[in-house]
Amino acid sequence: MLTCKEVSRLVSQGLDRRLGFGERIALRVHLMICTGCTNFSRQVAFLRKAVARIGDSTES
Amino acid sequence: MNDFRSQVEGQRPYLLRYASLQLRDRQAAEDAVQDTLVAALAGEAGFAGRSNLRTWLTGILKHKIIDTIRRSAREATLLPPEPDTAEFDALFDASGHWAAMPADWGNPDATLGQKQFFAALEECLGRLPKKTSDAFMLREHLGLETGEICKELGVTPTHCWVLLYRARMALRECLETNWFRK
Repeated sequence: MLTCKEVSRLVSQGLDRRLGFGERIALRVHLMICTGCTNFSRQVAFLRKAVARIGDSTES
Repeated sequence: MNDFRSQVEGQRPYLLRYASLQLRDRQAAEDAVQDTLVAALAGEAGFAGRSNLRTWLTGILKHKIIDTIRRSAREATLLPPEPDTAEFDALFDASGHWAAMPADWGNPDATLGQKQFFAALEECLGRLPKKTSDAFMLREHLGLETGEICKELGVTPTHCWVLLYRARMALRECLETNWFRK
């Protein structure tokens, strides 16, 4: 069973490389039962979206 | 022609702000913007009213920013040490659970239309160490693959993942404190 510490690292790496099959399964199992890591995973996905949009607005 | 020149010139403050945010070096940002404006004026035909002027200029600027980061990484001749990961220990307890559990941000997409949100985000980005912020912006804003980022910054893939992980951990905590819990 992965710890939250390991899961947060894997969630982050999952945005940068293709995770292995075992990693993906272990991650999914942990996320099903862990609110903190689920929130974390949503937050970093949101960060990606937000940072991509920096400078997009019409502000001058 | 002169009209085009003045329109391009009018975007300079915006471009400078954009470049400064990513390069965090006023001189380097001014150089990148200058190169962009010169390239834009020389390539007016390439614009030809195709898109929004600012979008077009920002596209050119992104390439100049990548060039700048690439050059500055080459100038750092010493091999950088592998990053210290002890900083993450404080975020978890001894059994590997979150010391402070990440909160539910609700529907954060709703904040993407708010100027103040981006001000908070830029403030948080400004607090990251330089190399961490370079790696993160290359990845998440400029869309490079990690392999390319490692090459640009002269680091190993593992180091690269640590930099990106560090950036995400710090940014989520900073935004949670300064935006989502306010």
